[in-house]
Amino acid sequence: MEIPVPRIPLGDWVEVALDWILTVLGGFFTFIRTILVGAYDLLLWLLTTPEWWIVTLVLAALGWWLRNWQLAVGTVIGFVIIVGVNQWANAMSTLALVTIATLIAVIFAIPLGILAAKSQTASKVLRPLMDFIQTMPPMVYLIPALVIFRVGVVPGMVATVIFAMAPGVRFTELGIRSVDREVVEAGKAFGSPPGKILRQIQLPLAMPTIMAGVNQVIMLSLSMVVIAGMVGAGGLGGEVVASLNRINAGLGFESGLAVVILAMYLDRLTSMQSKANER
Amino acid sequence: MSEPNTAQPVIRAENVYKVFGRRPEAVVERIKAGETRQDVEKEGTAAVIDATFNVYPGEIFVVMGLSGSGKSTVIRTLNALHPATAGTVEVLGQDLSALSPRELRDLRSKHISMVFQHFALFPHWTVIENAAYSLETQGVEKTERYDRAREVLAAVGLKGWEDSYPSELSGGMQQRVGLARALAADTDILLMDEAFSALDPLIRREMQDELKEIQGQLGRTIVFITHDLNEAMFLGDRIAVMKDGRIVQVGTPEQILSEPADEYVASFTADVDRARVLTAEAIMVGEERLTESDRAAFERHQMAVTSNATLQDIVPVVIEANGPIAVESAESGQRIGYIPLGVLLESLTPQRSEVVPDPEEAN
Repeated sequence: MEIPVPRIPLGDWVEVALDWILTVLGGFFTFIRTILVGAYDLLLWLLTTPEWWIVTLVLAALGWWLRNWQLAVGTVIGFVIIVGVNQWANAMSTLALVTIATLIAVIFAIPLGILAAKSQTASKVLRPLMDFIQTMPPMVYLIPALVIFRVGVVPGMVATVIFAMAPGVRFTELGIRSVDREVVEAGKAFGSPPGKILRQIQLPLAMPTIMAGVNQVIMLSLSMVVIAGMVGAGGLGGEVVASLNRINAGLGFESGLAVVILAMYLDRLTSMQSKANER
Repeated sequence: MSEPNTAQPVIRAENVYKVFGRRPEAVVERIKAGETRQDVEKEGTAAVIDATFNVYPGEIFVVMGLSGSGKSTVIRTLNALHPATAGTVEVLGQDLSALSPRELRDLRSKHISMVFQHFALFPHWTVIENAAYSLETQGVEKTERYDRAREVLAAVGLKGWEDSYPSELSGGMQQRVGLARALAADTDILLMDEAFSALDPLIRREMQDELKEIQGQLGRTIVFITHDLNEAMFLGDRIAVMKDGRIVQVGTPEQILSEPADEYVASFTADVDRARVLTAEAIMVGEERLTESDRAAFERHQMAVTSNATLQDIVPVVIEANGPIAVESAESGQRIGYIPLGVLLESLTPQRSEVVPDPEEAN
């Protein structure tokens, strides 16, 4: 026997909603777009105006300062390879995109994580929301982002921010919740106000966990880069998409390798693992 | 020792209940109506039931009980870390439930400090930063609070460790930092939640002695939580014994030892280290109990102890005298009684009537 299920016009609703959002909030989105494009252009200009070896040395020095000399050496080798496969410009535009996307994701994720740690209700609302945005196929975000922000680097960036934000929220919540209860109690017992307890005790003690979350955000951002390439974000993602369209295995491998090198650099730079080993 | 009823209490707890769970008030009503802790288990956990006690200025008030007896919850109702579900808690005449969050923070930072079982030091701060924390919340300016923290650290024996991190210190030293943090605040009230329970026995003894010494100098009002009756007897001017959320007896160590309110309390006292608790005054006998040979032996040595000496102080004197000794009043110096050898030996073992099933079974 056949049980008739009425067709749910979910797709139509989404489109109507999107139209409505565009007419009501169009000006706001233009504003966002301008800011994001401006930030991206500025960072890209900083990364591409000097000679490639100057940028490489600066990034290597950053690695040395934050971590150790091994990372500095690795950085030089890796970036020379990127230049060798003729992907320098693309790699820098990807680096700029990932950096800005990560910054925005972290700016949203940490306060949300703090909120979730403080309020049981917020935690209950945010958990399924984070599940949703993290498991939804990331390309789905591209379509509305494309409609709202038009072709270019911005829709890729926005989709990346949304997709990559979840671990930032989760790790922040986890980090704050797992601070020793007695230590937080000590803050209260001596009469410290909640904001000060957060700033002086909870956030510093949760920092290793929060940084692990930031590291995850960066890795997810990078994994979005290729998808963002489909909507004209350019960079290494654009190269991968182009090589796919032309069935060009050589180009695909070269740009793919550059993504891997960037990923390794950013991971080592931000993971707490290497710092723990030093002690 | 304090003379409880002459002074205004510093802390007054009256019919205090603390229930954790979804509908705490309903649980309180049901317990008031006569239901037991087990009856209401599904609705909530009744951690403290109908606790009434006063703490007077300058005394060490010990709350003692096994784990799950509600003692750690009781102490947290006194600074409203766990606000009482029902009943009144008054600290320095202020009803805690009537205070705004800001007033409560103010009361905590200026008048109540706390020492925690697992120290609860801030691991990312140095020893001196930890010790100065209580002053920081009081709003004391930086150089002054560091000066005072340095003094207190020296007083608890941590001179030279100011710039170390807590993780570089042993457990005993970490708790000294915890104690310094609480003492630096210079508050009237000190809450100590199983402060020495996580320490090795030897260190624990040392800390107990030191606390008594510090208390002798500073005369704070201390509420001390412990599960160790020996510790309770040694430190406490008065002791409240808790069982299943209720206070079953409040009294001086000697009262608890000699007149236990019920079998449960008696079962605890069976294995108390009497040598540290009982004083000369409590065991001495009158002159008429001395035999002829006792008198003769005493005349040869004429050795004496003060009335507040504990058995562990008395034993070496008796060994040296090799016979009975006299007891002199700690205040007037007058001879008030004697301790023959037989009485001393007898006092070291529990009276036959006190021997009851061990605590595990009584529980």
